[in-house]
Amino acid sequence: MLSVTDIHASYGAVAALHGVSLEVAEGELVALLGTNGAGKSTTLKSIAGVLRPTQGNVTFLGEDITSSKPEAILKKGISLTPEGREIFTSLTVAENLRLGAFASYDRSRYEADRDEMFELFPILKERLSQPGGLLSGGEQQQLAIARSLMSHPKLLMLDEPSLGLSPALVEQIFELIGKLRDRGMTILLVEQNAERAVQVADRVYVLNTGRMEFVGTPEQLEAELDIASVYFGSNGQKSEVTL
Amino acid sequence: MIGGEFVINTLSLGSLYALLALGLVLVYGILKLINFAYGEYIMVAGYTMFLLGTYAGLPIWVNMVVAVLLAALTSYLTELVAFRPVRTHAFHAMLVTSFAVSVLLQNAALLFVSPRSRAVPLPAAFNESISLFGVVTPLRNVLTIVTTVVLLVALSLLMKYTVLGIAMRAAADKFTTTRLMGVPANLVISVAFIISGFLAGTVSLFWVGRSASVDPLIGFAPLLIAFIATVIGGMNSLVGAVAGGYVYGLLFNLLSVLLPASMINYRDAFMFAIVILFLLLKPEGLIRGSYTEERVG
Repeated sequence: MLSVTDIHASYGAVAALHGVSLEVAEGELVALLGTNGAGKSTTLKSIAGVLRPTQGNVTFLGEDITSSKPEAILKKGISLTPEGREIFTSLTVAENLRLGAFASYDRSRYEADRDEMFELFPILKERLSQPGGLLSGGEQQQLAIARSLMSHPKLLMLDEPSLGLSPALVEQIFELIGKLRDRGMTILLVEQNAERAVQVADRVYVLNTGRMEFVGTPEQLEAELDIASVYFGSNGQKSEVTL
Repeated sequence: MIGGEFVINTLSLGSLYALLALGLVLVYGILKLINFAYGEYIMVAGYTMFLLGTYAGLPIWVNMVVAVLLAALTSYLTELVAFRPVRTHAFHAMLVTSFAVSVLLQNAALLFVSPRSRAVPLPAAFNESISLFGVVTPLRNVLTIVTTVVLLVALSLLMKYTVLGIAMRAAADKFTTTRLMGVPANLVISVAFIISGFLAGTVSLFWVGRSASVDPLIGFAPLLIAFIATVIGGMNSLVGAVAGGYVYGLLFNLLSVLLPASMINYRDAFMFAIVILFLLLKPEGLIRGSYTEERVG
């Protein structure tokens, strides 16, 4: 469905990606892991058209979208829920959701779509007329995901959805991600919470300073980590491994 | 001294300034660009009134409508031709471009019309006076207030209840994220420029209406006023711009009334002193907007 081939990207003179390739098949939940500054968000931004890769290309459903604008890429069916949620703080929750449906607005379906979001995120219904800026972090994250879903994406890209949330809320977000996957949504998930991400993912990529370090299933990753722990004499605790 | 006449004068002047400031902030909010060519949209509308009124022989209200629409068109075209190509460049590129557009338009008027001011035919109603609440005031003042109220209401409805308006508010808040919603960058920017030019054109009718003449440099004073009003009201909020416009009008009229006759020539100096105080004490303006300082890339 999505195929990223050898993309290079930089912020000004600072190179962030040195040839990153990845594939996402339809219905798959792919986790993209790595430490801070590994290039995870940069990869998502490059796919979403926010950042133009200096080299390499991105194809989606057989179409080259490498130099497309963000608004065009959204229209093709890729929605990015950006890092830090990026809620429109001065807009109400209802207005945030309405903008989510900007490109795919269909009057006959809109109410039903919104009701579906209220089912997934009951809190949004209560907060509907409040400015997005007044929502708590967890509520904002739910709104950000709901806003993305309003565009009926074929591929949903989530950038650090659990960042800054309490453990209970993290659990809630991952439950939701699992629910979306079970409904057949194709998801590319960027996470710092590697342990939790690996549990829901079909396949895992690990980025390290702008290069892909590992590709495989969660089981393969675990096997590799066990070997690493043997080599480096760690006590085998997964969470200590520098994912 | 401060009675009904003062109130009507202040409301009228404040209305004009509010529209001016609003037009400037609409574009600033989204592009973070102070458009120094903004005053020239007022000039374009003024010259349209002059040319049509002098040579075309159409009904005067047709001239006025065409003048406003041409100001909006000029604004749109300057965005398309001048600002769009440099939008992704450094911040200074756009600022310098806006100066260039300003100078270019001024010189076009200088070259193709005349460096000297030209008399603009105005509707007879502009010079009539009416009695309102026992105050005799030029009908123009009342028209200014009514027009402003109508425009402000229309604009707030547009901003609140249309998806385009919501998208524009979102774009002023977080531009890139707005694009991630599928909102085309060019669309919101073009619309901002069109509305900005439309407001400048409307202001022009009344601005020119006060002196009944137009000259190539007519845009400078309103640009300055719009800029100061936004500094007072706050650069990052549309409500702030409107508030700033009215506060400016009030301060200006207060100074006019309160300053002794010998000091009245220094009114502008007092005005600037007040602005400096604002910058020192309340740099975010009367109303702090929620917009981030993200630039459009």
